Amino acid sequence: MSHDAPAAAPSIDWSRTLKDAVITGLIATAILGPFIGLVTVQDMEHRLILQTRWPLFLALLAILVVGRLLLQIFVWGRPAKPKRAPLALPPSVERIAAPFFIGLLFVFPISVLFALGPQGSIKWIDNYGIQILIYIMLGWGLNIVVGLAGLLDLGYVAFYAVGAYSYALLAKTFGLSFWVLLPLAGILASFWGIILGFPVLRLRGDYLAIVTLAFGEIIRLILINWVDFTSGYAGISGIPRPTLFGIPFNASDNGFAATFGLEFSPIHRTIFLYYLILALALLTAFVTTKLRRLPIGRAWEALREDEIACRSLGINTTTTKLTAFATGAMFAGFAGSFFAARQGFISPESFTFMESANILAIVVLGGMGSLWGVVIAAVALVGGFELMREMDFLKLIFGTDFDPTQYRTLLFGAAMVGIMLWKPRGLISTREPTAFLKERKAVSGSLVTEGHG
Amino acid sequence: MSRWQTQPLLEVEHLTMRFGGLVAINDLSFTVGQGDITALIGPNGAGKTTVFNCITGFYKPTEGRIALRHGEQSIWQELPRATQASGRKWAKGGSSLWLLERMPDFEVSAHAKVARTFQNIRLFQGMTVLENLLVAQHNPLMLASGWSVLGILGFSGYKKSEKASIEKATYWLDKIGLIDRADDPAGDLPYGAQRRLEIARAMCTDPVLLCLDEPAAGLNPRESLELNTLLRSIRTDEGTSVLLIEHDMSVVMEISDHVVVLDYGTKISDGSPSEVKADPKVIAAYLGVEDDEVEEIEAEVAS
Repeated sequence: MSHDAPAAAPSIDWSRTLKDAVITGLIATAILGPFIGLVTVQDMEHRLILQTRWPLFLALLAILVVGRLLLQIFVWGRPAKPKRAPLALPPSVERIAAPFFIGLLFVFPISVLFALGPQGSIKWIDNYGIQILIYIMLGWGLNIVVGLAGLLDLGYVAFYAVGAYSYALLAKTFGLSFWVLLPLAGILASFWGIILGFPVLRLRGDYLAIVTLAFGEIIRLILINWVDFTSGYAGISGIPRPTLFGIPFNASDNGFAATFGLEFSPIHRTIFLYYLILALALLTAFVTTKLRRLPIGRAWEALREDEIACRSLGINTTTTKLTAFATGAMFAGFAGSFFAARQGFISPESFTFMESANILAIVVLGGMGSLWGVVIAAVALVGGFELMREMDFLKLIFGTDFDPTQYRTLLFGAAMVGIMLWKPRGLISTREPTAFLKERKAVSGSLVTEGHG
Repeated sequence: MSRWQTQPLLEVEHLTMRFGGLVAINDLSFTVGQGDITALIGPNGAGKTTVFNCITGFYKPTEGRIALRHGEQSIWQELPRATQASGRKWAKGGSSLWLLERMPDFEVSAHAKVARTFQNIRLFQGMTVLENLLVAQHNPLMLASGWSVLGILGFSGYKKSEKASIEKATYWLDKIGLIDRADDPAGDLPYGAQRRLEIARAMCTDPVLLCLDEPAAGLNPRESLELNTLLRSIRTDEGTSVLLIEHDMSVVMEISDHVVVLDYGTKISDGSPSEVKADPKVIAAYLGVEDDEVEEIEAEVAS
């Protein structure tokens, strides 16, 4: 080999490329021919008639063949680029990222209010701000169970329901205030977390997932069928709204607006609720980051890595698992009582398996164990879905009866598949060590054990 | 008289473990002397790891007593009474006896202070080397953090004990030569270093007895030699007695004070390394022949 010869430009193997295109065409014909090219329709006498759609078939075939040809020539034919190091922010950026983000959250409602006025901003603060923050909080709570302790929980929404019904029933029956019932709802939810924890202590992986799924359904079915207690499908309405330490948000003389000499507007309550859920979410994040650096948090992560080794080191895996379930459930209980207070109406419809799946999807897409990942995933999923409602311009393209929200689940599935292909460990897959001697180095996701129960 | 007869730390008596119809350990009795390195050897499938699992509480033995002493020798006189009582622990004066067969696995480590390693390394791969050693100090740290409550509120007592635990981890990292890799994930370490780290992690639980399941498996001769040094230092510097399962005879004969040989779940020999080496029963077991054929086979091999 002579070294001074110029490196030959990577030439395209034309015969291989063309062969590939022909094979693609044949496969596509075999599949699309009967499915797209032929169609049966009933005529007036209820007979099936075979019709053909060759132009559509040819169009699809051409797209596939040409698309693959172009990919072969321009993408796959190129020599592979050297792999870039995983995206890592410089430490200075990382240090200011959290304060910057929290500051942004604090000024968000004020700036929206100034920009759009009381009427226009309610949608942004309520549908986007509060909704996303609820899911961030739920995601962070579930992250303790799934991301840190590695216990796959498909029934997380049950604790959310326990929190919501605790607040609704206790507030309506005993007239207790939101601020008393908030911790109580958390305690009740974590109590149910322990109840769930006991039978599933011996289970791992798929079996654990099935039992937690069943638990979530049991709670929902009890809420539906115990009509005397929960009023079943009808739900509970007229749930007392939270007050600002005794000052209600209404148009009365001792209401918030009158007390502070403002003109009454429903936006006051919305902004109050926004800051309330923001505080609750930040509490969740604070406690989670603290717990991770405490022995219990390390024990959770060690449990995820290797349960037998944990036991050989004298860690009581029973209590460790139960604390993970209880802590995760407690935050769901907080979020649930906030949810009931915000809506003023709850019914079992709000606590279906789809909710559990959404929260779990946020945790998995974000990267298990990562607080930032949960934030990004919650903003993308919840905010993305809300944004689809806004896309009226699509009606100009696809016709007036086109409803983009109908495609939610499709896009959701596509996003899931895409993430699992390109970032199988979630958006943020590296693990931040909880203690260090000389320098904090992120642990690559490929070494970290995934939660398998 | 040898140390394992005069100063026993652990007494295994009539230990039997059956899995359905299979008798994995059959009426096994032996003692581990304080300050000794005791080797448990035997052909594959002899039941060595089962003995370990019984001692460390991972299995509940079908029959037998496993007693461990903390403190004075004289406490052994209390053993019959301790057995009669229903508890796991029998304390008198500053000394105590622990009946390990009555304890679940994590209590054996947490209270009776018996630590172990595994044949297939079980490190927390996704956690750093330092974190692995901190997890091992879970129980004292949990106490210092007030079961996490004081820790969340940021009391200074926890910070102090965390600092102390990091110092202890540093001491062991120095000892096993991994101080420069403290902040790397454990799964990134080479095999020999992972073995050493697992031993250090077990030592961070402050054990009185360290049980090592094939610590030299997969090590090259130089690493085996380093392992010998480490185990000797654990015995002399830390005062921890060592019980180990090993196939590598260079390790067994070099460092152990006492060798127990198992074959098909039964003890066939017990004594100092030189006694065991000369025992025809041991040779027969390792060659896989009957006792009376040993001389024949040896002659055949020699010729």
